[in-house]
Amino acid sequence: MRRESGAWAAADERAHRGPLHAVLGVLSRGRRALRGQHILTIGIAVVVAFVLMTALATRFPSINGYHPTLYRTAPRLQGPSASHWMGTDQLQRDVFSRILSGGRASLIVAFSGLTISLVIGSVLGWISGFAGGWLDRILSLVMDAIYSFPSMILAIVLVAMFGSGLSPMIWAVGFVYVPTYFRVTRAEVLQVRETTYVEAVRAVGAGRVRIVLRHVAPNTISAIMAVSSFNLADAILTVASLSFLGLGLPPPTPDWGYDIQNGQKYLQSGSWWLITFPGLMIITLSLGFGLIGEGISDLVNPRRKGKKHKV
Amino acid sequence: MSGLPRYALQRLLLTIPMLFILVTVVFLLLRVMPGDPVSAMLGGKNVSDEVLATYRVKFGFDRPLLQQYGEYISGIVRGDFGRSIRTNQLVLQELARKFPATLELAIFGILVSLGLGFTTGLIAAVRADRPVDHAIRVFHIASFAMPLFWLGLMLQVFFAVKLGWLPVASRLGGRLAFTFKPITGLYALDAVLRWDGKALVDVLQHLVLPAFTLGIALTGLQGRITRASMLEVLDQDYITTARSKGLHERVVQLRHGLRNALIPIITVFGLQFAVLMGGAVLTETVFSWPGIASYLVLAIGARDYPSIQGSVVFIALFISVINLIVDLLYSVVDPRVRY
Repeated sequence: MRRESGAWAAADERAHRGPLHAVLGVLSRGRRALRGQHILTIGIAVVVAFVLMTALATRFPSINGYHPTLYRTAPRLQGPSASHWMGTDQLQRDVFSRILSGGRASLIVAFSGLTISLVIGSVLGWISGFAGGWLDRILSLVMDAIYSFPSMILAIVLVAMFGSGLSPMIWAVGFVYVPTYFRVTRAEVLQVRETTYVEAVRAVGAGRVRIVLRHVAPNTISAIMAVSSFNLADAILTVASLSFLGLGLPPPTPDWGYDIQNGQKYLQSGSWWLITFPGLMIITLSLGFGLIGEGISDLVNPRRKGKKHKV
Repeated sequence: MSGLPRYALQRLLLTIPMLFILVTVVFLLLRVMPGDPVSAMLGGKNVSDEVLATYRVKFGFDRPLLQQYGEYISGIVRGDFGRSIRTNQLVLQELARKFPATLELAIFGILVSLGLGFTTGLIAAVRADRPVDHAIRVFHIASFAMPLFWLGLMLQVFFAVKLGWLPVASRLGGRLAFTFKPITGLYALDAVLRWDGKALVDVLQHLVLPAFTLGIALTGLQGRITRASMLEVLDQDYITTARSKGLHERVVQLRHGLRNALIPIITVFGLQFAVLMGGAVLTETVFSWPGIASYLVLAIGARDYPSIQGSVVFIALFISVINLIVDLLYSVVDPRVRY
């Protein structure tokens, strides 16, 4: 469901030609830049907490006293209790212990897939925007065609063709988001290309590659950063959906999406905890990335902030 | 020919190269990407090379790529999508039979998302930076972050299993599933056409949960764009002019504001449709809805290669048609768009 972030991106394409220094400020001045940026701070905190939790729980699976796959002597299908905070599943496992490391695949696929699409999409976008002519036209047409197709279905079909596992999911997610970065970067390049300073650099005699790398690329970063956060939020949902459809990691590896699919069978008998908790985890993580995106958007586009609306 | 009909024709002709590219991309993805379709079809089963070879010949994978491409394109043009391995039926026929279910779900999903997204977005814009606005924005962001299948399951648990108000899944319940004779395949419409009140109630009851699942998932996008677009318009000078004329605030907001804010909202509508189709895959799976999206999932499960390819091409066609319609609608709403 990349399109959601894609649409934001479309809106952002117009809005976020904001100053680059604001984004660099986040990177270099860290906390100082975060002052007053509540949304961004909360988002970063959520994501960092999830990454730490998943890393710890993957390294030490029995961190809460129960192993997510090997411990199988809990009471069967029991609701949350003092000893099993999030209840137990049909294989007598502790749900909480599975929750802790169940986001591993989502995080790995989201980050790696995003890196792939970011690199391919931006490079193609820079080339297309700068080269113009027939190359630009063909690339744009192909990208638009892919962009218009439902990304969720594309991802499902790709994973089905590649076979299941981590790397097929990474490539599928990576492929699906390429047009988003292509569009953002290309639009940005087209705009920056016409500015006076680029003309000045060209007049000085700088080569094309130098212009792109030194003068055009840095100006596209702020737009790309906001878009990436929204895409990460979206990728988390895509991975969860793939797992839910049984195209993710094979059992018994703990995974939120898969665990929800598994819990579906026991809904009729009232075992609500099997799907509720993994779902809440997916929402929180996805929300975290979404908030980061919102925060960055506010940073690079402060126009709306502090503006009082009559009415 | 001039004006709108001329533009419509131009736009229609532009759809063809776009569609051609999309269909080619599908072909490239399915044939040229790593992974042998035949072994994928056999699900990694341990089969001899001879069996693989027979399959390859049977589905034409042994021929040169260019020839395969030619046959593929001519097949699509002639409406020949091949025969399903799983059911041995013609893929296009099966898709045509399943399509109304998806269309009906999509229409009702859109109605829900328009109703919810549009009103919440409008309220948020008119009450910008007040508590209501903040609450609505949180709701919009949450609807983005929510896995659609999870929302569907939660609604199912609460309203169908726990309260028992609505049916859990499928399109028709009880005996109706066997006795109801569809005409168009859009059951709600069929029930009206057959003047069958009982069936209509049953059909609508079955539609509520899937439509809300799909609709709520789209509400965030719709609502955000409505809010942003409305706020931008309300900042314009002509709004100030309208206010200074002494017009009532509601008139300013709705007549001067809303009308102009509609343009980006409609643009997003086209994008939304792609999300909608993606969401349909999950909604149809959760609610056992017999549409083309769940057909695709079944085909993938069975590694039914012709069906997978056919569904993808079919969905691509559908999306192109929708985008065409949205573009035409766009030029009707915005008189500044010249054709």
